[in-house]
Amino acid sequence: MAEDIIKAENKVYDKPRLITDTTMHYCPGCSHGTVHKLIAEVIDEMGLESNTIAVSPVGCSVFAYKYIDVDWVEAAHGRACAVATAVKRLHPQNLVFTYQGDGDLAAIGTGETIHAAARGENIVTIFINNAIYGMTGGQMSPTTLLGMKSATTPCGRDSALNGFPYKIADMLAHLDGATYLTRQSVHTPAAVRKCKKAIRKAFENSLAGNGYSLVEVVAACSSGWKLSPVEANRWMEENLVPAYPLGDIKSSTLPK
Amino acid sequence: MKETIIIAGFGGQGVLSMGKILAYSGVMQDYEVSWMPSYGPEMRGGTANVTVILSDRKISSPIANVFDSAIILNQQSLDKFEPLIRPGGVLIYDTNGVVSAPTREDIEVYSIDAAAECARTGQSKMFNTMILGGYLKVRPIVQMENVIEGLRKSLPERALRFLPQNEAAIVRGGEIIKRIR
Amino acid sequence: MAAKDIKLMKGNEVIAHAAIRYGCDGYFGYPITPQSEVMETLMELRPWETTGMVVLQAESELSSINMVYGGATTGKRVMTSSSSPGVSLMCEGLSYLAACELPCLVVNCQRGGPGLGTIQPSQGDYFQACKGGGHGDYHLIVLAPASVQEMYDFVGLGFDLAFKYRIPSMILADGAIGQMMEKVVLSEQRPRFSDEEIAERYGSWATCGKGKRKERNIATSLFMDSAEMEEVNLRLQAKYRAIESAEARWEEIECEDADYVIVAYGSSARICSATVEMAREEGIKLGLLRPITLYPFPTEAIKSLAQRGVKGFLSAELNAGQMVEDVRLAVNGLAPVEHYGRMGGILFNPDEVLDVLKSKLIK
Repeated sequence: MAEDIIKAENKVYDKPRLITDTTMHYCPGCSHGTVHKLIAEVIDEMGLESNTIAVSPVGCSVFAYKYIDVDWVEAAHGRACAVATAVKRLHPQNLVFTYQGDGDLAAIGTGETIHAAARGENIVTIFINNAIYGMTGGQMSPTTLLGMKSATTPCGRDSALNGFPYKIADMLAHLDGATYLTRQSVHTPAAVRKCKKAIRKAFENSLAGNGYSLVEVVAACSSGWKLSPVEANRWMEENLVPAYPLGDIKSSTLPK
Repeated sequence: MKETIIIAGFGGQGVLSMGKILAYSGVMQDYEVSWMPSYGPEMRGGTANVTVILSDRKISSPIANVFDSAIILNQQSLDKFEPLIRPGGVLIYDTNGVVSAPTREDIEVYSIDAAAECARTGQSKMFNTMILGGYLKVRPIVQMENVIEGLRKSLPERALRFLPQNEAAIVRGGEIIKRIR
Repeated sequence: MAAKDIKLMKGNEVIAHAAIRYGCDGYFGYPITPQSEVMETLMELRPWETTGMVVLQAESELSSINMVYGGATTGKRVMTSSSSPGVSLMCEGLSYLAACELPCLVVNCQRGGPGLGTIQPSQGDYFQACKGGGHGDYHLIVLAPASVQEMYDFVGLGFDLAFKYRIPSMILADGAIGQMMEKVVLSEQRPRFSDEEIAERYGSWATCGKGKRKERNIATSLFMDSAEMEEVNLRLQAKYRAIESAEARWEEIECEDADYVIVAYGSSARICSATVEMAREEGIKLGLLRPITLYPFPTEAIKSLAQRGVKGFLSAELNAGQMVEDVRLAVNGLAPVEHYGRMGGILFNPDEVLDVLKSKLIK
């Protein structure tokens, strides 16, 4: 019986200390919860709880501030990198990161993202790329794949009508101010472990004053994609990952 | 004492800085002062003008449409501002910049050949202070020591070494200004 | 002689000097005529080497106002400056700043609009500054300087009021005040607050890192529950009522015995003060009421002049008639209220205003 084995000595896993008790609003199969957990763990492990200022976006993770127990600023849609720029410049000793989705970062916030990176701001962006606007009901985003159906591309994304998806992390690689760019995922235990390492490396990179870091996480949106959590993970692996290949894109130091 | 002066000419002739020297001289003499430029695209080559007011009382409006004195460096400015000088007021113009001479009979009119004088001595940068010197000869509203102090305050640091030349130009301006009527 | 220490400066330049002297922590801006001298002067003065103030040129006004938002959430004294089209872009950010109850300072050196407009002075943004501009029910404290000295002083006043009420302050100037030079007396250097002092003073709300706090702070204006959102609105409105009753500022010139009163602010008030001199010389009992705060508007002061028997009011503005609405509300039918304005960057002359006053009110 389950009750019999719920004992302290049998515990193999616990909720990270910095994840709050607030009930999460994310859907089953969503990647946000996993990434939140990794961030909370890394902040705790690095001893940065009292020293972190995080910036949440508009989109599904608009409520990210409810779940991780550090100071948070809720930014207007797309403006997280501008907000974080000032926070970091005024608090150079603190860890300052933004948490943004593909609509927030790569559509309405493209300018703020690129210029924060170009200036080499010592901030980190955690970029959740699930190729869809989840919060508003599954509309096309800038990273929606060609042929992919969404609420605003009911017959599939058509390049003649909707243009082409783009890889913003690869674009940022051209900027001298962006020194650590990596693309990760959280759809397998191994991927989760790698992603956690990448987040830690990004945090360390920014605290070392080495410019802008971005960890893109190719993520699943079962609700937006209208798939079960298991199917969504499979679809992601077969379709999104080939379009947005995993691995480090850039790891360098700021030019002198 | 209240003197409202319009200085007008082409951008690049030193209109705004002439006004600034005059305004700073007023500050040195404990006057209330205002310096109100016309700004914008005309600053880049077109006409530029600045209204300077020196007063021993608080200055109400920093803009004016009647002037006690006008310092005019080109024809367009003469056409525009000659009618706006109060009767009995002063008009000073640089002969080089003006084709058709002023016509009003109810004002004092002076000409100053500053462009030619500067060309003769090879000191074209002293053009505006020379004109200012002419004006101050006609309207000695600030003492020379305060003008020099105002000059010192308003010149950028890199130009301070030209202070003696500027002082000389002010004096020279006073010598070459001519009353027309 | 003390007078020799007085500076002669442009309105825009003194904003930069005042920011440093009043202990500002950060300036974030984007170039636009006619206020670019603010950031240029700051970059020349290099305050990051003296007071530690951050100065950053952003990639847009959208970005600069959101930098202000970010800085303000952490309890720092932060500001930006712009001119009309740039302030339009900032209105989203202003709504967020007001909703999150964040102190900051925004300087609008107005130019003629609408659209790209002209770079000459205007007062066409009164509605935008005083009645919203961004979405939702909010106000900014709006200060209207009429001299270069007031440009300087209102940086200090703007920050003080912003922090007193946790509200964005705006200095609503115009190209004329920004570009003109007058004498200005600079104040003593006020030290910036240390991070410890900020945590002590604003620790109940500033998102400056948890530090020694047990509870984290969150700056947000998102309230999905309507009842909660209404609570936030009611709190904001209560604050606005308190500001309206305590912080209205104005100047009265020759109003004691005035038969007629001009209401004008900023550069147009300066021009109209000459109109008053001219009218008095002609024997017309004219006064000038100059609102110093446009929000809160000096409603009571105008009302009491109307009740005392002023025969007519003229709202003289460099626009098509914006503040006149507030003058009419204050006068509330007790006397005729007329408007006179020029647009597109044209300033009126003192005698022009007097002619209008005669034809519209004295008859």
